[in-house]
Amino acid sequence: MNKLNRDQMAARVARDIPEGAVVNLGIGLPTLVANHLPRDREILLHSENGVLGMGPAPAAGEEDYDLINAGKQPVTLLRGGSFFHHADSFGMMRGGHLDFCVLGAFQVSACGDLANWHTGAPDAIPAVGGAMDLAIGAKQVFVMMEHLTKQGESKIVEHCSYPLTGVGCVNRIYTDLAVIDVTPQGLRVLEIVEGLSFEELVRLSGVPMRRAQAKAYA
Amino acid sequence: MINKIVSTVSEAVADINDGATVMIGGFGPAGQPAELIDALIAQGAKDLTIVNNNAGNGETGLAALLKARRVRKIICSFPRQVDSQVFDALYRAGDIELELVPQGNLAERIRAAGAGIGGFFTPTAYGTDLAKGKETRLINGRGYVLEFPIHADFALIKAERGDRWGNLVYRKTARNFGPIMATAARCAIAQVHEIVELGTLDPEAIITPGIFVKRVLRVERSAAGSDAGIRAA
Repeated sequence: MNKLNRDQMAARVARDIPEGAVVNLGIGLPTLVANHLPRDREILLHSENGVLGMGPAPAAGEEDYDLINAGKQPVTLLRGGSFFHHADSFGMMRGGHLDFCVLGAFQVSACGDLANWHTGAPDAIPAVGGAMDLAIGAKQVFVMMEHLTKQGESKIVEHCSYPLTGVGCVNRIYTDLAVIDVTPQGLRVLEIVEGLSFEELVRLSGVPMRRAQAKAYA
Repeated sequence: MINKIVSTVSEAVADINDGATVMIGGFGPAGQPAELIDALIAQGAKDLTIVNNNAGNGETGLAALLKARRVRKIICSFPRQVDSQVFDALYRAGDIELELVPQGNLAERIRAAGAGIGGFFTPTAYGTDLAKGKETRLINGRGYVLEFPIHADFALIKAERGDRWGNLVYRKTARNFGPIMATAARCAIAQVHEIVELGTLDPEAIITPGIFVKRVLRVERSAAGSDAGIRAA
């Protein structure tokens, strides 16, 4: 099968972000989506540390460490961009003003529960940051992750075994194998990579799925 | 005449007492009031409860305060980072108490304290381990968690410019927690890079009105922390 690489996954997510959308991209894999947003669409990036209208990384030597993103890397501000304090920034999420967020995940359950903040290992130091606020805060929550763990276990599960970030909050899952909607009737497969059958996808995932009129992926 | 300007960093933090709750602004190094933290270390107050988004980076600033073992408890959202070795060691040894709060709840609890709110219901963390033991309620079919304000005795924040009434403006994303922490503390202390004459700051653009600020201290831009980048730019 033709698994998607990280950039292909990012490009696939980017295609679904429409003109005019306000979007928060999580740290890690989702950050790559910014590189693939169609240039003919005006899309506003929100960063929870207090930026709307975030631009790309600055040129070498132009870094300003008072202008950083949630991952604490230097960024730039687009014309028309704005700064605000933390309570306003999280009010933008919680208040339902953000159109999309794209998050990484350890696991997503069949009913859209998200686990992405803590492995729950006894020696792990917990750190949550804005993960729980983002999970419940955007109108549409997209998850972007590899379909399987390095051990080959499905990250789409019946019930999350890792501690939850949010309950029933995920709307759509983009993996290196498929695009899957979380619906009240369960998981609905929209696209599958070339060379992988629907039956094989369900077998790899180990959870029930329905197929929409499955198209070839990407 | 109202004059909130203090001339030395030691004067600015002189009355911070043992056992105080101290909010410290900053998101990582951006907006971190490094000189006020250094002064707090030199001043010697101990058994502190610190409120910050993180739990220190590297060995300076908040990390140095932790390393000096002045902090009994930290309330924060994201302690674990690649360079949080000071906190990590204290936490693993059981030498510091951690109250982990989702970032937006942290911000709103601080804001609530400053706004005189006794508690609020938030959807963030509903159904997760961080809501365990907390009162919940279904409102219009959605689950919410009851959260309480976080008050502080002192807030140490960093702004760009201030005047003798305590009016402040910030710089870019270094604003982060500054404006809300200023409102939530009994005594907010701001370090600024420039003190200007009254009337110089555009009243339409003042972010923190002086009512929330008790002391203003001018601190030169240093080569450390987020200031380094400003110089280079």
